[in-house]
Amino acid sequence: MNSREQERLVVIGNGMAGVRTVEEILKLDPARYAITVIGEEPYGNYNRILLSPVLAGESTLDDIMLNPPEWYAENGIELISGVRATAIDRARREVVLADERRVPYDRLIIATGSRPFILPVPGNDLEGVIGFRDIADVETMLQAAKNHRHAVVIGGGLLGLEAANGLMKNGMEVTVVHLMDTLMERQLDAEAGAMLRRSLEERGMKFVMPAKTTEILGDENGRVRAVKLEDGTEIPAELVVMTAGIVPNKEIAEEAGLYCERGIVVNDYLMTYDPRIYAVGECVQHRGVCYGLVAPLYEQARVLANHLAGRGWMTYEGSVTSTKLKVTGIDLFSAGNFLGGNGADELILKDEKGGVYKKLVIEDNRLTGAVLYGDTVDGTWYFQLIREGSDISDIRGRLLFGQAHLGDAGHAEDSVAHLPDDAEICGCNGVSKGEIIAAIKEQGLFTLEDVRKVTKASASCGSCTGLVEQILASVLGGDYSAAPSEKPLCGCTDYTHDQVRKAILDNGLKSIPDVMKFLEWRTPNGCATCRPALNYYLLCAWPGEYEDDLRSRFINERAHGNIQKDGTYSVVPRMFGGVTTPEELRAIADAAEKYGAKEVKVTGGQRIDLFGIRKEDLPNIWRDLNKAGLISGHAYGKALRTVKTCVGAQWCRFGTQDSTGLGIKLEKLTWGSWMPHKFKMGVSGCPRNCAEATIKDFGVVCVDSGYELHVGGNGGIKVRVTDLIAKVKTEEEVLEWAGAFIQLYRETAHYLERTAPWIERKGLSWVKERLEDEKNRKALFERFRFSQQFAQVDPWAEMAEKHEDEFKPVAELV
Amino acid sequence: MTTVTDEWVKVAEVADIPPLSGRVVRTKSGDIALFHAGDGNFYAIDNRCPHKGGPLSEGIVHDCHVTCPLHNWVLNLKTGEAEAPDEGKVATYEVKVKDGAVYLKLGGA
Repeated sequence: MNSREQERLVVIGNGMAGVRTVEEILKLDPARYAITVIGEEPYGNYNRILLSPVLAGESTLDDIMLNPPEWYAENGIELISGVRATAIDRARREVVLADERRVPYDRLIIATGSRPFILPVPGNDLEGVIGFRDIADVETMLQAAKNHRHAVVIGGGLLGLEAANGLMKNGMEVTVVHLMDTLMERQLDAEAGAMLRRSLEERGMKFVMPAKTTEILGDENGRVRAVKLEDGTEIPAELVVMTAGIVPNKEIAEEAGLYCERGIVVNDYLMTYDPRIYAVGECVQHRGVCYGLVAPLYEQARVLANHLAGRGWMTYEGSVTSTKLKVTGIDLFSAGNFLGGNGADELILKDEKGGVYKKLVIEDNRLTGAVLYGDTVDGTWYFQLIREGSDISDIRGRLLFGQAHLGDAGHAEDSVAHLPDDAEICGCNGVSKGEIIAAIKEQGLFTLEDVRKVTKASASCGSCTGLVEQILASVLGGDYSAAPSEKPLCGCTDYTHDQVRKAILDNGLKSIPDVMKFLEWRTPNGCATCRPALNYYLLCAWPGEYEDDLRSRFINERAHGNIQKDGTYSVVPRMFGGVTTPEELRAIADAAEKYGAKEVKVTGGQRIDLFGIRKEDLPNIWRDLNKAGLISGHAYGKALRTVKTCVGAQWCRFGTQDSTGLGIKLEKLTWGSWMPHKFKMGVSGCPRNCAEATIKDFGVVCVDSGYELHVGGNGGIKVRVTDLIAKVKTEEEVLEWAGAFIQLYRETAHYLERTAPWIERKGLSWVKERLEDEKNRKALFERFRFSQQFAQVDPWAEMAEKHEDEFKPVAELV
Repeated sequence: MTTVTDEWVKVAEVADIPPLSGRVVRTKSGDIALFHAGDGNFYAIDNRCPHKGGPLSEGIVHDCHVTCPLHNWVLNLKTGEAEAPDEGKVATYEVKVKDGAVYLKLGGA
């Protein structure tokens, strides 16, 4: 691998941040560097955040290895382990090792991590006084638990409580000495801290707090025997674990003359004051903050890798972190600015007996912090709202009660923590909770994407995504690297949906290869995820100009029918507003017989579905149906599907308006338009709502004085009832609002994002503002009508005429 | 339209199958999916996904892979093997292009 053209990249530190950076670089540009990793510990890279479960006897060391020595060899990485790097010779660009070897570098990453803060008190070097940082510390603790009885943990933060819990599980009597009057004061407010203390006390943990340690007393053999406090109290202890904070390992950088404060100071590219030297992880100080959780380190690793691979467009702007205590049976979650104050609003729910406490901090209609105790089901959701900075004014009244109260009748009400291991989480791919947990632990997974790749859980319909995220959070605690708020479009690029759409418009990109070239796609022609998305984005951006790329469409949209599991297709003709005629029915019946439809079924959207049509027959059946005036119903497309109607004032004694007529007009206006996802409409003639308009993407409920317009409903995986967006007086206004709403959705939703999650992401107020502004609404409607000129071509007629041959085998060797 | 030259059988004109698309060749022993891949070459594999028998010829072709239209398994056109985490394999067939035509070697067929 050491070819002359390759630059030499050296990493000091074989921990999670350094190795993650290397992994990210390998993903982006595997051949760019000859890589050397220098690690002090004699192991491969292991998952430090899972040391607590190892101590508690819930995992083993083997479970938490991330990269065994073979991984380094397989990737051509030189691993120098068991040797300490002692100095950096910047003038000669060499790292000096303890055995006096010198390792030359072109670029250097310092990833030395941190170490426990050891209190500067007499006796801190006695035998049996340790921190909680590495495998050796865990081994010392397990050994002490076998031979000794009393342990004192100094520092009642996250790590200290996990250590205390683990020692207690190993049979020791544990006292936690904490300097402050609230446990985990960096994550919890006084209320939640007190509840946590009570439930730990019920388990037998003792607390002395607030209390300051002044001395550690030893016995005649030089082993610790007690901890002495400021007030003179002595607490017996044969083991003392110091978890009073961490200190970044900055010395090697400092001695090399690199600027350091608490940690090694880096800019938004993770670069130190020497442009050849970078730093990443817990040794780093970025914008005044030193991080001690894994999620931020991984975000840093991604940015640094992006920079080192020469992409250079990502910057690290700091992280919002969340914490979850990994003590089995205690549910606790905290994120962001949980203390509130400074004019922030606080929403609080407290149920002392039930052991539930929730506090949400709101600033400027945005959630900025959360503390949850006892019920943390919604932690992931709150954290997402915090990171995305979503406007929560529309859901403020229900926010505290969780996502389940937003009309989500899906899985969210079950708390994953209480499910047995054999509970099925992913119904599509049949993956159980136990399998997901095993994969996370054994294969060292950190992100939703990792879990999807390895287990397939939530990789199909996605409805269990929240559950999988909860499992990740409960296994990994606060270190679970929540998917970044801005996800890349797919594995072929680092750009997000929004960035790609903006690039298409700003730079006039007019074909898929142009987009891929301009945005430096990592794959030669994308994948089955990005190609359909790009095809849609281009189609939406350049109506009439962009030529639809059939090879980037899913088969259903290519064959204009739904592929069934036996490889045949189903055919659904359009019936505007659900209205048909005897002639049309006759033509459908004839076609069903002629082409051997195996089943004829009325659909949920008031259409007729012919199942079991062979692919080569499709052009012929279309031709026959076309002759009777029937066109494609787009029942297979990410497109306008159906407008469902009730009979309305024409027949119904309750009807207030002509709902059927309006439904037909709506469908005539909108059919043929391609969308980010499928789009359904409904028109009900009165508030009895027989057309179920309030679970449609766009629903109209007629009332005596006009029309109520509802948006963002969904009857699918997650049932969501629509939000009322406006009330209008005339049919013309209904049509204008519908077209404008669709266009806003078409222009701003991510591909495969239905209106319900889109509205929740953007906020109902955001959508409303854009549609209520008359000028803006009319402009949206105009753009919609413009693009419809090119979209309203019956694909059946077109395909039957131009592409008939493609529906047949290219050769028949029979 | 098929002519037999030794074991090689002409199955298509190059122009019948644009880059990044696939077509079916129907044979006595089942359908074969013939692809014009992202590397410019033609590949042929059985037209049944090892997962649930999905028609691979209808999948989206990217580089030298095809994604099954039923459940998104990704198959390597060169080896016939499924990409991790899925496990499975489909038979592959030799293909050659000569004078603007695509030939398929069916082995014992």
